[in-house]
Amino acid sequence: MTDEHFLDVKDLRIHFPTDDGLVKSVDGLSFHLERGKTLGIVGESGSGKSVTSLGILGLHKGGHAKISGEIWLDGEELVSASLDHVRSLRGKKMAMIFQDPLSSMHPYYSVGDQIVEAYRVHNKVTKQVARKHAIDMLDRVGIPQPERRFDSYPHEFSGGMRQRAMIAMALVNNPDLLIADEPTTALDVTVQAQILDLMRDLQRDFNAALIIITHDLGVVAELSDDILVMYGGKAIEYGTGADIFERPEHPYTWGLLGSMPRLDREPTERLLPIKGSPPSLINVPSGCAFHPRCAFEPRTHGKGKSEVPELIESEGGHLVRCHLTRDERRAIWETEIKPNLEATL
Amino acid sequence: MSEALLSVDGLQKHFPVTKGLLKRQVGAVKAVDGISFEVRKGETLGVVGESGCGKTTTGRLITRLIEPTGGKIVFEGRDISHMSQGKLRPLRRDVQMIFQDPYSSLNPRHTVGAIVGAPFRIQGVQTEHGVKRAVQDILALVGLNPEHYNRYPHEFSGGQRQRIGIARTLALKPKLIVADEPVSALDVSIQAQVVNLLEDLQNELDLTYVVIAHDLSVVRHISDRVAVMYLGKIVELADQKDLYKSPMHPYTNALLSAVPIPDVKGRQGRERIRLQGDVPSPLNPPPACRFHTRCWKAQEICKQVEPPLVELATGHEVACHFPENAPAKGDAPAEAGATA
Amino acid sequence: MVTYIIRRLIAAVLMLVIVSIATFSIFFVIPRAAGVTASDFANRYVGVKGATAETVKATAEKLGFYDPLVVQYGRWVKGIVAGSEFDTGVDVEHCPAPCFGYSFITKQPVWPDLLDRLPVTLSLAVGASVIWLVTGVATGVLSALRRGSIFDRGAMTVALAGVSLPIFFTGIVSLVFFSYKFGITAPGGSYTPITENPAEWAYDLILPWITLAFLLSAAYARLTRAGMLETMSEDYIRTARAKGLREPRVIVKHGLRAALTPIVTIFGLDLGLLLGGAILTETTFSLNGIGKYGVHAIAVGDLPQILGVTTVATFFVVFANLAVDLLYAVVDPRVRLG
Ligand SMILES: Nc1ncnc2c1ncn2[C@@H]1O[C@H](COP(=O)(O)OP(=O)(O)OP(=O)(O)O)[C@@H](O)[C@H]1O
Ligand SMILES: Nc1ncnc2c1ncn2[C@@H]1O[C@H](COP(=O)(O)OP(=O)(O)OP(=O)(O)O)[C@@H](O)[C@H]1O
Ligand code: SF4
Ligand code: SF4
Ligand SMILES: [Mg+2]
Ligand SMILES: [Mg+2]
Repeated sequence: MTDEHFLDVKDLRIHFPTDDGLVKSVDGLSFHLERGKTLGIVGESGSGKSVTSLGILGLHKGGHAKISGEIWLDGEELVSASLDHVRSLRGKKMAMIFQDPLSSMHPYYSVGDQIVEAYRVHNKVTKQVARKHAIDMLDRVGIPQPERRFDSYPHEFSGGMRQRAMIAMALVNNPDLLIADEPTTALDVTVQAQILDLMRDLQRDFNAALIIITHDLGVVAELSDDILVMYGGKAIEYGTGADIFERPEHPYTWGLLGSMPRLDREPTERLLPIKGSPPSLINVPSGCAFHPRCAFEPRTHGKGKSEVPELIESEGGHLVRCHLTRDERRAIWETEIKPNLEATL
Repeated sequence: MSEALLSVDGLQKHFPVTKGLLKRQVGAVKAVDGISFEVRKGETLGVVGESGCGKTTTGRLITRLIEPTGGKIVFEGRDISHMSQGKLRPLRRDVQMIFQDPYSSLNPRHTVGAIVGAPFRIQGVQTEHGVKRAVQDILALVGLNPEHYNRYPHEFSGGQRQRIGIARTLALKPKLIVADEPVSALDVSIQAQVVNLLEDLQNELDLTYVVIAHDLSVVRHISDRVAVMYLGKIVELADQKDLYKSPMHPYTNALLSAVPIPDVKGRQGRERIRLQGDVPSPLNPPPACRFHTRCWKAQEICKQVEPPLVELATGHEVACHFPENAPAKGDAPAEAGATA
Repeated sequence: MVTYIIRRLIAAVLMLVIVSIATFSIFFVIPRAAGVTASDFANRYVGVKGATAETVKATAEKLGFYDPLVVQYGRWVKGIVAGSEFDTGVDVEHCPAPCFGYSFITKQPVWPDLLDRLPVTLSLAVGASVIWLVTGVATGVLSALRRGSIFDRGAMTVALAGVSLPIFFTGIVSLVFFSYKFGITAPGGSYTPITENPAEWAYDLILPWITLAFLLSAAYARLTRAGMLETMSEDYIRTARAKGLREPRVIVKHGLRAALTPIVTIFGLDLGLLLGGAILTETTFSLNGIGKYGVHAIAVGDLPQILGVTTVATFFVVFANLAVDLLYAVVDPRVRLG
């Protein structure tokens, strides 16, 4: 029982039957997380990030989705649990922050009322008590004059304030697990920085487990202890922040790093993009899903095209899904990739 | 220093705000409020700033998709500020715009060939081997397969659609391309492809770019010079290297410091500037220095006197009473004396 | 919010004035222009038989038919708001406000007649609208939640029929079946005031209600279904679920609340249209309501009655729209700012 994690996702699969075929949005995903720690999930559009997070909250339950695998939260399994039980955990034990705070809040109810509602679902208290609690929460997330702003409607808030209010709503029941799906993508940089600071502070205060989902490697690096890189519904690399940023071993991760212009380095002459575009989730490429875009595929002697690589431990919990051997990968990183990323350093 | 292809002086665009049945004007959104800059032949000028600061409006003004409220736009020595649509026709060949959304800016019912070939037909341009051949050449140039001539936009991915958009602007060999957020709707890996493409095309075709974006890293990568906008004003304008190495305007400093860095090593040690609050409404911007409500260096004078945009170091213009990283008095060029 | 209410009120009053001028013009100014003389109007009162030219002239003078039209309009409006006096020659008759004048035919003041019939039409309207709102919205919601199910397809087929079938058809068919064949509903033509016997009231009206409501609930079911399908895929519904709310609450408080907004608007417009529906329904079921009264007035060309019916109808339409505008502002906070 010593290796029991607070959140433990095992071989999660979420497939959607559609007219065009079966969409394998999440296809055998495993990861784990402890209280007080942050996991960053990165990946391109359509790689299955949002479907994963909604899956943990059980929001695909009862729909058309085919779900299998296990999600253990604090010793309880959620995939097989009843919908009603999972519902009772939502908002209380696990909460979520969404990308677009304007469309994610109901336009007809005041911000305060929406927070009160979130509190009273799980606490049998009077409206007055809940109101006081909500105002405290608004204050906590840095909304000035919270008593007055309590009665404002979402459209009367600025983008940054709305996201603060969303955070207040998510944290009002002191959840143990907080999932933030692209929490700052819709915001300006200066406001994004405020929100990231706020999330970091609150996470420390609440000692919650935090999953932050984004396509921005910068944002993950700011907050995460561990990072999961997704491609075509699968994890292709999983490790600590240092594993991913200092000794990445997967060709796709290399590609992401090479694609990004960076402010903390001298500008490189050219960016090093990944060729092609993300895979279809219906007709997933054979073998390694990344092989049509991978520059190193020829070095696997055809295996990349025919065999699906396993997610294998490289060293100390750093997992990589690639047919290249560990030594090959490390050699490529040190001699072919890293020098190019820092070309003019 | 090469000559100016486009120069803009005191450019303004105010959108009236009306109310009620009678459309009484109750105010104006000062989307662009007196900006001056020039774009030199062969260079890339980057324009950055937060949402609503007037970047897109600036782009639409200099391509004359909209008419300015005040100020002057001079393209190749001709004042085009208030030119009629008819007279603008030849200009439309020389100045092209690339839009942010590669989905909605292409007509879904037209083939790629029709889309990219449209400028030839509209402008009545004769081509040596026919329009089809010319279009296929351009498709090859932007990295699309010339055989895609008869396909429709929905058959392409986001990155490919943006390539189609770029191909369309290239058809008539424009002199100036204004790209409004050309990569922000694209995935990281695709962004890099498009950025590289823009750079390659610039070298091959001797293009001049104005690139509008909110992503500071992309702008640094692609630009020679960069203008930083805040609430309809340019607050700093400098060579890319100077601006990113020694930003002088407090807002530029804050912007740069807010960008999350994809590196876990230095994250605790980095010094950060955190601005309070959001950008104020351009309907009712703060008086004098518009940044004073969020500026940590603000003093009384900032609320009363608007700081002019002046050159504090060679080619480095700043609008601030108390700039950061300002050179010692002696180093500054002569005009800087005019401050205060 | 207060300025919003005031603005709406002013608009409503303006609307009433404009419509009253328009109706007055239709019935008095246009006939004049078409060559109908003041004497012709007076003739209607006196009656065709045995009227000498003098009596007609005297009546026309007494009733002010020779006055300029503006004055006549003013007098008409004054009658409505303040009441008026009529010198019948024998003595002065007082017609208390709101006075719509005297019928050409019965020589009775119009207003008491209207007042008599108003409860019938109101009962019909209120009952039918409750039924059509409840069934229409409920069907729409269920259809949306079970999209593609047998219920959904069945309901939408019936709804399509409801939208396209005319009232006199559905009315007569239902009368034949429910009243004459099975005898479970009143045979039509009877009305009991609610104050006397509520059960009897409902029993008499149930068939007209359902007939009228069927037409409209069909439209509402389709509208609600479309609205619910849209709102239930909104981001804020996902947020509501993520909070841990139970599904019924998510559907009603978050989904339906937003989907109802356009329905409220349409409802306001339909209350106006209802009068058209009431005419047909009242005729079909021989109910003595305003609609039937109006039809009769038109048939015999009784101008004061027609004017009275039109004015009362206008008042209700304007009032319904005002109520809806205010309701709309309560429902959608974003409207209040505008
Ligand atoms: N309900 C559904 N039915 C069918 N397909 C779905 C459904 N929900 C998601 N998908 C598909 O699953 C894939 C993964 O979607 P997901 O939203 O998780 O992507 P993402 O990684 O969050 O991308 P983004 O960065 O664009 O938000 C997409 O191809 C999407 O079209
Ligand atoms: N046609 C218009 N009518 C009224 N206001 C407008 C119009 N176009 C733009 N604005 C306003 O002018 C301001 C500047 O808009 P603009 O689109 O130029 O900003 P931007 O810097 O491009 O922002 P973003 O990064 O969000 O694209 C905004 O406040 C906007 O609401
Ligand atoms: S398995 Fe082959 S194709 Fe896939 S990432 Fe590794 S080298 Fe590339
Ligand atoms: S002028 Fe004053 S307020 Fe404005 S940026 Fe400079 S120091 Fe700040
Ligand atoms: Mg997503
Ligand atoms: Mg813009």
